[in-house]
Amino acid sequence: MALTNEYIKQRLTEKFGDQVQNFQEPYGMLTFEAPKDLNLKVLQFLFDEDALAFRFMTDLQAVHYPDNKGRELAVVYHLHSLTENVRIRFKVFTDIQTPDVFSATALFSAANWMERETYDFYGVNFIGHPNLKRILNVDEMDYFPMRKEFPLEEQTRVDKDDDMFGR
Amino acid sequence: MSDHHIKLPEGSIEKQTTTLNLGPTHPATHGVFQNILELDGERIISAEQTVGYIHRAFEKIAERRPLYQITPLTDRLNYCSAPINNMGWHLTCEKLLGVKTPKRVDYLRIIIMELARISDHLICNSIVGVDTGAYTGFLYVMQYRELIYEIYEEICGSRLTTNIGRIGGFERNFSNTAFEKIEKFLAEYPKVLQEFENLFTRNRIFMERTIGCGPISAERALNYGFTGPNLRAAGVDYDVRVHTPYSSYEDFEFEIPVGNTGDCYDRYLVRNGEMWQSLRIIEQAMRKLSQFKGKDAEIFHADVPEYYLPEKKDVYTKMEALIWHFKIIMGEIDMPAGEVYQSVEGGNGELGYYLITDGGRTPYRLHFRRPCFIYYQAYEELTKGSMLSDAIIVMSSLNLIAGEMDA
Repeated sequence: MALTNEYIKQRLTEKFGDQVQNFQEPYGMLTFEAPKDLNLKVLQFLFDEDALAFRFMTDLQAVHYPDNKGRELAVVYHLHSLTENVRIRFKVFTDIQTPDVFSATALFSAANWMERETYDFYGVNFIGHPNLKRILNVDEMDYFPMRKEFPLEEQTRVDKDDDMFGR
Repeated sequence: MSDHHIKLPEGSIEKQTTTLNLGPTHPATHGVFQNILELDGERIISAEQTVGYIHRAFEKIAERRPLYQITPLTDRLNYCSAPINNMGWHLTCEKLLGVKTPKRVDYLRIIIMELARISDHLICNSIVGVDTGAYTGFLYVMQYRELIYEIYEEICGSRLTTNIGRIGGFERNFSNTAFEKIEKFLAEYPKVLQEFENLFTRNRIFMERTIGCGPISAERALNYGFTGPNLRAAGVDYDVRVHTPYSSYEDFEFEIPVGNTGDCYDRYLVRNGEMWQSLRIIEQAMRKLSQFKGKDAEIFHADVPEYYLPEKKDVYTKMEALIWHFKIIMGEIDMPAGEVYQSVEGGNGELGYYLITDGGRTPYRLHFRRPCFIYYQAYEELTKGSMLSDAIIVMSSLNLIAGEMDA
């Protein structure tokens, strides 16, 4: 039996009730969210069930929504069931004051650097990560550059010293 | 313990192991990586990778750019196969915008993508040869990479960072010279590849150096998020072209070469196998292209005036074309809100684009799934306990591209 979005949705609601919510299918990919303290339970459930077998982590990253009070940061997991060839997207939201999310490194070795990258750019604090430090930016950096409060420089600005950069 | 004649200062601790900084700029790393190796004699005890030396914040820059200006950023990810990155990006935009491309465009794209794959694998395999001490193969195949670059140049005007294609198709139709060069490549390259294989595949020295070097099991490879030739060398036949076909790959007949031990030799064999398959795909695409007749044989882009730049002579003479030209160049076209994940089979694995838009003119968030960033994590596990010289071969046979890793 082919694995359908309907079936995944049904299994998830059976297991977690209404804690998994906001099911959508943008461009055909099943997308849902769960409370952040349930993220490992959901990932483990999707991993363990033989009928689902989401055992390949394609991608992990964060998104910053500064206007979403209390749920500013979203951590997005892209999972792939290679046997059935189905992809899903799973999100957890966290507030920006205590951006603590459990680390998925025990389940997926691939999550190690992806979580470090997410920490590096968004400051998501992955609890249980073996080596949570900056990866692409310099260690001395004291802010998280991909957050929306750091806009890129206006390209037409004229108040800067032109001699150095030839603007 | 040891009674060597170097007088160490009072209170210094004598270490039993050696710390070696391999990189960031070392001729054998083929890119800007640093590896802090802990060595016991010549055996590696632990390796710590440092990446990010050429981080250029593409994801942040992309948040201020309209879609067509992001294409040159994707060039600079895996610069050995830039056209695949460009096409992947166009496909992502087209998926978001709901643009349907004509079959002929799909086939032209496939030709370019497969040429790019060949040039990528060509470099990787011949570099493995260089690192095992055989420089000849590298120099020999380089002329054919040159020919591939000439084909790019004929189509888009540039060679390395191609910025090839547009949303909806190509900037111009392939010229006759381009087709002639592709025919020339198809005619000459099989012989060269055969000779390249004769040089390496059963070469005793090459085999001794690569067999059993840096192996990985299928299970570990999957857990580490390996994709592309490195995963297939471990025995998993996962290929994006087959599993989620894009750009009409479903119309083509080809095989996915797989290995079983996941060591450097298998990675080499898989890449060589893929080059043969790519040649097959290009031949089929050329055949399919020759079946378009009359007006159909002139199509090189979809009819989407909102995203595809009008011809210059129309811009000068037609009001509507002028308006579209202005709107596109100034990035004044609002995109539909949505989120898209689109992946293509890049030179070294699944290259994914995760694009979120909020209805504005620029992406709200764009994330690149860079395959070699993800599988480079396994480097320590692959090299632990092996010799220093093996670590070099493992690095080159993983096909690590610094530009892609650091984005």
